[in-house]
Amino acid sequence: MANMKVEEKRAQKTKMSGALMLIEALKAENVEVIFGYPGGAVLPIYDKLYSSGVFHVLTRHEQGAIHAAEGYARISGKPGVVIATSGPGATNIVTGLTDAMIDSLPLVVFTGQVASNVIGSDAFQEADVVGITMPITKHNYQVRDIQELPKIIKEAFHIATTGRPGPVLIDIPKDMTTMEGEFDYEQEIHLPGYQPTIHPNHLQIRKLVEAVSQAKKPVILAGAGVLHANASKELQQYAEQQHIPVIHTLLGLGGFPADHPLFLGMAGMHGTYTANMALYECDLLINIGARFDDRVTGNLKYFAPNATVAHIDIDPAEIGKNVPTKIPIVSDAKEALKELIHQEGKPADTTAWLAQLNEWKKQFPLYYKNDVQTIKPQKLIEMIYEFTNGEAIITTDVGQHQMWAAQYYKFNKPHRWVTSGGLGTMGFGLPAAIGAQLADKNATVISIVGDGGFQMTLQELSVIRELNLPIKVIIVNNQSLGMVRQWQEIFYEKRYSHSLIPNQPDFVKLAEAYNMKGFRAKTEAEACEILKQAFSLDEPVLLDFHVTADENVYPMVAPGKGLHEMVGVKPCDESLQ
Amino acid sequence: MRRIITMTVNNRPGVLNRITGLFTKRHYNIESITVGHTETEGVSRMTFVVNVEDERTAEQITKQLNKQIDVLKVNDITDQAIVARELALIKVSVTPALRQEIYTLIEPFRASIVDVSRDSLVVQVTGEPEKVEALIDLLKPYGIKEVARTGTTAFTRGSQKTAASYKTAFII
Ligand SMILES: Cc1ncc(C[n+]2csc(CCOP(=O)(O)OP(=O)(O)O)c2C)c(N)n1
Ligand SMILES: [Mg+2]
Repeated sequence: MANMKVEEKRAQKTKMSGALMLIEALKAENVEVIFGYPGGAVLPIYDKLYSSGVFHVLTRHEQGAIHAAEGYARISGKPGVVIATSGPGATNIVTGLTDAMIDSLPLVVFTGQVASNVIGSDAFQEADVVGITMPITKHNYQVRDIQELPKIIKEAFHIATTGRPGPVLIDIPKDMTTMEGEFDYEQEIHLPGYQPTIHPNHLQIRKLVEAVSQAKKPVILAGAGVLHANASKELQQYAEQQHIPVIHTLLGLGGFPADHPLFLGMAGMHGTYTANMALYECDLLINIGARFDDRVTGNLKYFAPNATVAHIDIDPAEIGKNVPTKIPIVSDAKEALKELIHQEGKPADTTAWLAQLNEWKKQFPLYYKNDVQTIKPQKLIEMIYEFTNGEAIITTDVGQHQMWAAQYYKFNKPHRWVTSGGLGTMGFGLPAAIGAQLADKNATVISIVGDGGFQMTLQELSVIRELNLPIKVIIVNNQSLGMVRQWQEIFYEKRYSHSLIPNQPDFVKLAEAYNMKGFRAKTEAEACEILKQAFSLDEPVLLDFHVTADENVYPMVAPGKGLHEMVGVKPCDESLQ
Repeated sequence: MRRIITMTVNNRPGVLNRITGLFTKRHYNIESITVGHTETEGVSRMTFVVNVEDERTAEQITKQLNKQIDVLKVNDITDQAIVARELALIKVSVTPALRQEIYTLIEPFRASIVDVSRDSLVVQVTGEPEKVEALIDLLKPYGIKEVARTGTTAFTRGSQKTAASYKTAFII
């Protein structure tokens, strides 16, 4: 045994090229899949990949690669790994990096770079990738000394996955991939400037316990921080123990079971009446792992006006950034919740509060008017929910369909929901599904996309086909950039400037071109039929649902309004006509 | 309000870019920056003077700076006992006849003349920014040709190293 260890160590110290170091490092990090696209500057890396046994997915666009890595990270909790070549390869991943940065997804991204001796000379396919990606990565590196490469990769994985997760980029000049150096991956990580706080401060925890015991109308706003920390169980335990109702942000969905009596729904622009009113009326607001995004808070002037605010977040900079916070708790969500559960303290007396909330839930549920002659998009999501028993992984694109998916697919389990929140990136949904399916091979993965956004990354159908991933691609086809159309209808006197696309291509034929099955439905009965067919097939399927084109997402908090100023809450609301 | 923020950073390529990029991105207004080596190899020290609207923005700045991996320590030292100094070079138009007058004028400032030519001289002054400001004002009537100021560099007084580091003493 001991002998082997020494031998292993010696083996690790052997000289090898930078490209091989990269492969060895990926193996040491137990990376099971990487997403990438080759090119001149990364040819030495791809050459070493060739016989490495590392599973590489060739997407059809670098943007597809990075969104797939995001989907993989969201579902697996592990870092998504991406390789792109220099110049255009690297600039094609800029959107994905920004998306991962704002939604806190762990990624380790390798970009090729022109050789060290021509950097700065505007060489072929040279771009200042470190400069470009500085504000959209948690950290980035350019390798200037081959001896540093193993250390840099090790640090990158550490930084991407700890604290508040995020994307880390390593820019590797081509000569560094061929040059040889000693590979030492055993070394300790030493980052004095990076020491995330994981455990909560006891004093602040006590303050929160005290505040809860005095509260009459407490509410928990839970974000994706709960999911990153794998703290769903603790969240439920805490809410039940203290009788506190729970609201989710868009990205938090699934952290708390949607069918739980204490669940009030999603908050924000298209949140439920009950969730938004609870935020408006509460006297104690406990934010766990959400960043008070403006789509959640509405106009800050009217946000939780009577509440004492407590905020648990692993990122100290998020606390007090948008909302003045009385009880700041810098901590991992799970650690803080564990502490809270074990504290002695009187639970809040929320009987009256819960009765009020239940009344609202009953009076003002999510509402749409069905019409079986057509397909109502909301009905479509409900049908998908029923067909999958609420257990599928849902990835979405951005727009109306995304909001309907968030509203009508009731997530009872964590890590089933993959959507682009902070950046709202059209083109995200389809490639993200690839990563999600690779992260959970047995799951039913459904990619719900709009007819607009689908066309931004549809080339990734190739990958779905090639890998035979049984993803169901569902196009909510309203022949328009629906969300833009909705805003133009409401705020721009129905001047539909460049948002109607009545001549969309034949998506069923497109599916055929990619050698996969495609179905179309125009009525509810047809919709039911093709869903049944699709779910009976263990292969990729594309479904084109022609939904009612003029449907709007409600309720809605208009920009600049407070959460209590929702419109479209009640059936037959005047403002809806 | 004006805040003086000092920090130590890893002396790595691009680190200044990281910091100034962050200021631009978040719309923080930089009045001056100074950068230089410290007593520790590989570690540089930066002093920023920034103008912010309120306490919350001031707090955000230190927090955001702290998130940078290459930032080792950040301190908003505005409200502490500090030594803050700036150096300025001021080129003044002056005929030989008026030279003596300038010498007398700058004396109380402990400024010195570091270059003399036929129709101008260069005054060098160090001190708190207010003092530098005052001297420039006094020299204006003679005709200032050029001013070069280094910006403020600062640290806390006393024997102890700068107090409360966010990174090691985050209590909230
Ligand atoms: C890359 C990108 N470009 C533009 C937008 C602005 N935008 C937000 S929603 C939307 C419409 C999306 O249309 P579609 O994909 O058909 O979805 P729908 O709203 O119709 O469900 C647009 C253009 C965006 N979010 N992302
Ligand atoms: Mg559409």
